Amino acid sequence: MTAVLPDVARDNASLRRFLSGLPGVDQVGAEARAAGLFTRSIKTTAKAWAIDTAIRMVDLTTLEGADTPGKVRSLCAKAIHPDATAPPVAAVCVYPDLVATAVDALRGSVVAVASVATAFPSGRASLEAKLQDVRDAVAAGADEIDMVIDRGAFLAGQYMQVFEEIVATKQTCGPAHLKVILETGELATLDNTRRASWLALLAGADFIKTSTGKVTPAATPPVALTMLQAVRDFAAATGDARGVKLAGGIRSSKDAVRYLVMVNEVAGERWLDPGLFRFGASSLLNDLLLQRHKLATGAYDGADYVTVD
Amino acid sequence: MAKFEYAPAPESRDIARLRASYGIFVDGEFRDGAGEAIKTINPANEEPLAEVADAAPSDVDDAVRAARRALPAWSGRPGGDRAKYLYRIARAIQERSRELAVLESLDNGKPIKESRDVDIPLAAAHFFYYAGWADKLEYAGFGPSPRPIGVAGQVIPWNFPLLMAAWKIAPALATGNTVVLKPAETTPLTALTLAEIIAEADVPAGVVNILAGGPSIGEAIVRHEGIDKIAFTGSTEVGKIIQRTTAGTGKRLSLELGGKAANIIFEDAPLDQAIEGIVNGIFFNQGHVCCAGSRLLVQESVADELIAALQQRLTTLRLGDPLDKNTDIGAINSAAQLARIRELTESGEAEGAERWSPPCEIPERGYWFAPTVFTHVSQANRIAREEIFGPVLSVLTFRTPAEAIDKANNTPYGLSAGIWTEKGSRILWFANQLRAGVIWANTFNRFDPGSPFGGYKESGFGREGGRHGLGAYLDV
Repeated sequence: MTAVLPDVARDNASLRRFLSGLPGVDQVGAEARAAGLFTRSIKTTAKAWAIDTAIRMVDLTTLEGADTPGKVRSLCAKAIHPDATAPPVAAVCVYPDLVATAVDALRGSVVAVASVATAFPSGRASLEAKLQDVRDAVAAGADEIDMVIDRGAFLAGQYMQVFEEIVATKQTCGPAHLKVILETGELATLDNTRRASWLALLAGADFIKTSTGKVTPAATPPVALTMLQAVRDFAAATGDARGVKLAGGIRSSKDAVRYLVMVNEVAGERWLDPGLFRFGASSLLNDLLLQRHKLATGAYDGADYVTVD
Repeated sequence: MAKFEYAPAPESRDIARLRASYGIFVDGEFRDGAGEAIKTINPANEEPLAEVADAAPSDVDDAVRAARRALPAWSGRPGGDRAKYLYRIARAIQERSRELAVLESLDNGKPIKESRDVDIPLAAAHFFYYAGWADKLEYAGFGPSPRPIGVAGQVIPWNFPLLMAAWKIAPALATGNTVVLKPAETTPLTALTLAEIIAEADVPAGVVNILAGGPSIGEAIVRHEGIDKIAFTGSTEVGKIIQRTTAGTGKRLSLELGGKAANIIFEDAPLDQAIEGIVNGIFFNQGHVCCAGSRLLVQESVADELIAALQQRLTTLRLGDPLDKNTDIGAINSAAQLARIRELTESGEAEGAERWSPPCEIPERGYWFAPTVFTHVSQANRIAREEIFGPVLSVLTFRTPAEAIDKANNTPYGLSAGIWTEKGSRILWFANQLRAGVIWANTFNRFDPGSPFGGYKESGFGREGGRHGLGAYLDV
């Protein structure tokens, strides 16, 4: 809780009053603004910079029931050396039981280990079970925890419950960074996206994250816009800059570069940093590598020139 | 040095297929005008673009004669047949949209993203829209067999050269009129390219005549006895002269003139979108928009917060080469317009308003004006009353809805207004109180051929667009 907004989360009523008092989001206007930003034309040197920056912002992710230590190790190797010349990604993101494998594989590198937790992706478990999930991941060495909020509680207006779960998770994280997944596809409206963003920021989220990747729609341009506005406004109100992570559905370099334009022009250039902006993705990295090579050599490689992981 | 410098991304000027000289289009043929050729220049660098034939009054006579000759056959065709030509023109505009967009940006100075995404698509949309009406006029609410007025003389401005030509020509042809159109002196190129499209569409000779020229040609059209209707878009000053000139002559008249629109922001507005609406309201097309939201009326309780956010937003606007796809603010269309903007902004400072512009590099050559915001503006200041027609916003505040209405309506103009609030009932109440022809709710500067456009008071009369737009060209 910040000194500037001291009594906002005193109880459910005051939290609801604060969140309802945030300016509304006009869906049509937000979509138009996002579409306008996406028409920026990023070429040559600007594109090269953006692609390298996007690579450094990737949370390379595997969240399948079929994940194995072998798969995670191979992903970690790719994260450290995406190809011969590309920079390493920001983090590898796995389920809690595979954190130890990832920590081992990434030892000595700059790549962080992120783990989803709190009964990902639905969040439907007791608080104690969720916190145990977090403890397991942190104990295994996770640097970052991606939690999910209780969307049912949020939609039922139980804002305080959501708030307290985030606070408890943050405490359980200890030194690990906390990313709070809003699952905006289930919150449905941009007003809810704005309110959930502020709720998570007030409760201590280091990052707010769009989606689990298991629900459609995931990261959409107007949702990203609304969340970037939230961190911008939160920083203006409190002096405290928090991050945004877009996850789900961003597969092309073109989209990644467009989102960097949005980050630049909406939140500001301070957010053009892996410390404050991430892409959660699995297939995006290969397209970034293909485009990077195209810029350097003038020719497209085929899909067989990037690795299958 | 910014972290993320956008590299130049210019459209190629070759796409415009610029020719060394352009003629006038009379009776289905291109020819030299009887006047001395004029040079049209690129306002972004002051370099000449092309020589354009200047019409003389004798050319106007020829054009009116051709239009009269063509009238009986054109108005006698079945509506569906006239529609066929309008559809052809619409499709040709779409096919040549890139060429037209680059040409428009070169001649006018507007950013390519606007000519590409707004001017040209809307111009095509107007032809498509009115093509659809051509065979349904008896169901349009103007009686069982509405007749055209006759020969229409049309004089259009430089701010949306091709789009204004489309607004004028499409409804006139759909209803069976023939036209003599004069584009503005500084921006004739896309209208003359439209003439080429019209010729290629096999529109019968004389149905459309397009003459470039200065005010004397406009006057010759307005005074011409062979013309039945005048449609003018431009300044209120010239509109008054036209109305005086046509009074008692039996000529029909529609005028679309200046504006000083209020863009009204309530404390419960969706503020981030309102900021975009303010930017789009006054900085779209360098503010060269008759319906621009040039007076920002903001509720005092959110004024400081809103202005700070607006200023932050304005620092991301990119001023420069109109052909660069990332340019938001292009060049001012002419030296004369730039001088007028400068004069009015200086009066704003002299009268005590506070002037602010984002840090912004101004190119050495060409006509440029940085986006400008005046705060602490009073209703009495010239910048709050006179149309600036440039990228200059005057910010005023209000306390109550009644005060907002009083201030919004306290202008000789009445073209457009905007209202921003999440309260639907207030939008409807406001729309009933505002004396403006177009009222946008939670948006601004949105245009659609299906929606009528036009003003109250000194902003003119008559409607363009929509079903209402047919009325301006029917003898009703």
